[in-house]
Amino acid sequence: MHGMDTAIRCHDLKKTYDGKVEAVRGIDLSIQAGECFGLLGPNGAGKTTTIEILEGLLEPTSGEVEILGMTWPGHERELREWLGISLQETRLSEKLTVRETVELFASFYRHPASVPHVLEEMSLTEKADAMVGRLSGGQKQRLAVATALVGNPKILFLDEPTTGLDPQSRRQLWEIVRQFQQRRGTVLLTTHYMDEAERLCDRLAIIDQGRIIAEGTPAELIAGLSGHHVVEFAISGGNGAGEEIWARLPGVQEVRHEDGFFALQVDEPHHTIPALLEALQQKGAQLAHLTTRQASLEDVFVHLTGRHLRED
Amino acid sequence: MADLDIQTPPEEKLELPPMMNGRWAGYRALLSARMKELWREPEVIFWVFVFPLLLALGLGIAFRNKPADVTPIAVVSNSHTSSVMELLQHSPAKSAIHADVLDEKTALDRFRLGQYALVVTSDQNGLHYRYDPARPESVLARTQVDEALQTAAGRTSPVKTETTESSEPGARYIDFLIPGLLGMNLMNSGMWGIGFAVVDMRQRKLLKRFVASPMRRTDFLLALGSSRLVLMIIEVALLLGFGVLAFRMKVEGSLLAILFVAGLGAICFGGVGLLTACRAQKIESVSGLINLVMMPMWIFSGVFFSYERFPQIIQPVIKALPLTALNDALRAIILQGASLGSQWVPLTIMAIWGGLSFLIALKWFRWS
Repeated sequence: MHGMDTAIRCHDLKKTYDGKVEAVRGIDLSIQAGECFGLLGPNGAGKTTTIEILEGLLEPTSGEVEILGMTWPGHERELREWLGISLQETRLSEKLTVRETVELFASFYRHPASVPHVLEEMSLTEKADAMVGRLSGGQKQRLAVATALVGNPKILFLDEPTTGLDPQSRRQLWEIVRQFQQRRGTVLLTTHYMDEAERLCDRLAIIDQGRIIAEGTPAELIAGLSGHHVVEFAISGGNGAGEEIWARLPGVQEVRHEDGFFALQVDEPHHTIPALLEALQQKGAQLAHLTTRQASLEDVFVHLTGRHLRED
Repeated sequence: MADLDIQTPPEEKLELPPMMNGRWAGYRALLSARMKELWREPEVIFWVFVFPLLLALGLGIAFRNKPADVTPIAVVSNSHTSSVMELLQHSPAKSAIHADVLDEKTALDRFRLGQYALVVTSDQNGLHYRYDPARPESVLARTQVDEALQTAAGRTSPVKTETTESSEPGARYIDFLIPGLLGMNLMNSGMWGIGFAVVDMRQRKLLKRFVASPMRRTDFLLALGSSRLVLMIIEVALLLGFGVLAFRMKVEGSLLAILFVAGLGAICFGGVGLLTACRAQKIESVSGLINLVMMPMWIFSGVFFSYERFPQIIQPVIKALPLTALNDALRAIILQGASLGSQWVPLTIMAIWGGLSFLIALKWFRWS
């Protein structure tokens, strides 16, 4: 199969700023051609540093990087022709129109895609003659991706592509990424939205404090949790029901207590919930809230780090 | 399987029109984008084109050559006043002197305010002049009025003299001013047009986005420099055209030589601007730096008045400044019709400033 070529590979990547701040502390990645790979982690985890090293914009303090089988030194000119890059927070010139902006970026490539075609694909045709300064956040983000796609890239790098976007714009961008992937494109994106990682990525690496703490398909990562289901509840009355009581319930793998809620990670909710209700009755406590759901990547992150992806 | 072969897979649409960009496509697109951005920025149009014209117009009018200034003097009223006024009436210079008779206090007050250049008091001992040696027009008035009064009283000159009045185009203040304004404008727009633009793009992470694409970095710098040359041609045409049309200024040198010098000046200050901007991360900090670099040249480089007025000891420093070199070369060619070759010293000074700045800027330049 063709799709088994390695598009991006890095080994023991490290980046230390000013000799002390260790942003990246040894990252290994191997991303196949045609894959959509996500770097998921909280702000400041080292995602942007990692992706910018892979994009050849930052030099690693140590470690190896290979993009499409080439290293950055000596192949920069050629590699740039094959990569489409969208940085976090680039502000394109406001006094140029959408079309002029995409044409400008198209002019940098030897074999660019057709500008009208890219505008059409990004749903920007209607806005082609509008000044960039007048676009909405979602349109600006689509334009940023358009400037990356106009070079006909083999690999698309997206750093936090949907941060700050409304749900509709986010879904629109996901659709664009899927279309690119259908044309056998490889995607590497960073995000701190677990739903984005879950829906969009074939595989992902969870990054925390400059290290990969878990890697796999979203399903694998969730399956790796002992307990694929989460039972969340809140109680009123009763006296000081501690975590240790809930941990003794059948099938409970892990107990978390935050903001007045208890979250039990369980294998089989249909065994745990009746036992939970019985325990509450014995303590004379009332159930104020009860939900069950499938475990998510957020639970994986909390399980691994004890913290949430988004602290805000 | 057969109809699968007939159908064109949708992805081939992208590959069908094989677009090919030549070596200079990036440069051309960068230059055209830069020019569009400039035209669409009303502030740029004002500061680069309108402001220098307004300055030339204002200063040209303020310092226009008035036909023989009338000297205002005050004569203190006392019993001798009428004889002084009579002498003035009979002097050949009576049209050049305007005398008001006032009491002493008023006369001195108004003299202090600069309304009168001289106060004349006459008594039995003769005439008394009160003047201010620090005010050139006051010094002139004393000589002028004394001459007028003495002549009217019967003094004759032992040597016969003859004078010719000369106020030809080329020697007026506006003629001195226009090349200086042109030089200053080339400095301003070079420093702001390159320095400010580069830091603005760096702050917006646009420079970083550019180097993430296969854009050639030299193309980017070339396009910036070229945009300066295009603007330079317009700046020269506007200011010189304005001088010629509004003030009947006479351009002695060849237009090509002027464009060459102005172009070198534009590139030189583009280089200095690039150096100023090579590392700054914020437009606030680069704005301060640009003003710091330009300030000494506004003062010392002979834009509004000749730098010969500064002490001899700092003249070599003044002459080594790029704006001094640019102004000197522009004045020599525009006003005296000098050849390019004769201006090799200022041209070399500009080339060294521009070249060195550019090389250091490239070495230190930060794209992100």
